[in-house]
Amino acid sequence: MSMFSRAKNRFRRFFQSIFRRSRSRIGIYGPPNAGKTTLANRIVRDCSGDAVGPVSEIPHETRRARRREDVVITGANGNTLALDIVDTPGVTTKIDYHEFLEYGLEQDEAITRAREATEGVAEAMHWLREDINGVIYVMDSTLDPFMQVNIMMVGIIESRDLPVVILANKTDLPDAAPSRIKSAFPQHPVVSVSGLEGTNMDELYDIMTEHFR
Amino acid sequence: MIQGVQIELISADRLKNLTGMEKIRTILDSVMLGNVVVLERGLSPDEQSLLVEYTMMEIRPGGFSGIEMETYPGSEAESGGIFAKIFGGRKKPQGRMTVIGPAGQLKMLKIERDRLVAWASLSSGR
Repeated sequence: MSMFSRAKNRFRRFFQSIFRRSRSRIGIYGPPNAGKTTLANRIVRDCSGDAVGPVSEIPHETRRARRREDVVITGANGNTLALDIVDTPGVTTKIDYHEFLEYGLEQDEAITRAREATEGVAEAMHWLREDINGVIYVMDSTLDPFMQVNIMMVGIIESRDLPVVILANKTDLPDAAPSRIKSAFPQHPVVSVSGLEGTNMDELYDIMTEHFR
Repeated sequence: MIQGVQIELISADRLKNLTGMEKIRTILDSVMLGNVVVLERGLSPDEQSLLVEYTMMEIRPGGFSGIEMETYPGSEAESGGIFAKIFGGRKKPQGRMTVIGPAGQLKMLKIERDRLVAWASLSSGR
């Protein structure tokens, strides 16, 4: 490599280090069992061939925020965007370990799960105020979108002026009514998806590349 | 001995003079005693976020299991929707009357724009 090329590369790295924008941290938030980890896995698998974490029908399977760095999203519009994706525990105001016993867990296991879940939710709320640049808010489109946790979380996200894309998830289920979510939150982009089947993910990636830039 | 649920109605004036953390402690301390708290004017979004965070820290297996909280859904203008953006910029959302109680003891039966119907049990149900 010539002296000129080395000097040119040094200059390029120097200017990149000064002007390069750090990657946005996009938090995947929503109530328990809305399909956040399934969706995070789908996004990361589509974009890097890997996965974020395990999924389960027992609430609070994700009890610690999991971060996947440098995920490159490419929209059908040709735009690309590098992000850190943070999968968070389901937001709730109550956690009772007895609920986990109903899924066949032993008492000790249920208590440990409850304790970890409370720590995870507290951490996720703290991160929302301190460490997140944008939010994918996931709702189960078979449920009432006017649940208090949804109203509260969208209010918190709006008050912090964070860009948000709302996902009406689980459209593969027969009771899914994504139009209710669109009517409930007309001020935000709402994308109907099935994280499980991977339907309509292209529209999500398009909107992400436009919205989180 | 009379048994019942204590209901604490907290005026907007009282809350106005408290810091965010003082509001959270006032509410949580009361709810952890088994009371139902009614706020004349609710919490700001940041305070709600803090309330959830501190509620999680207070949950103990076999003891306090969290809170039930409900606020009237806001109107379009209050939530900073399109009309608020067009006319007079983004209006800061005002808290609305809010009911907070111990999870398992308080259940919301009906939630409409201007009407909340709640049911409080004497026991935690466990």
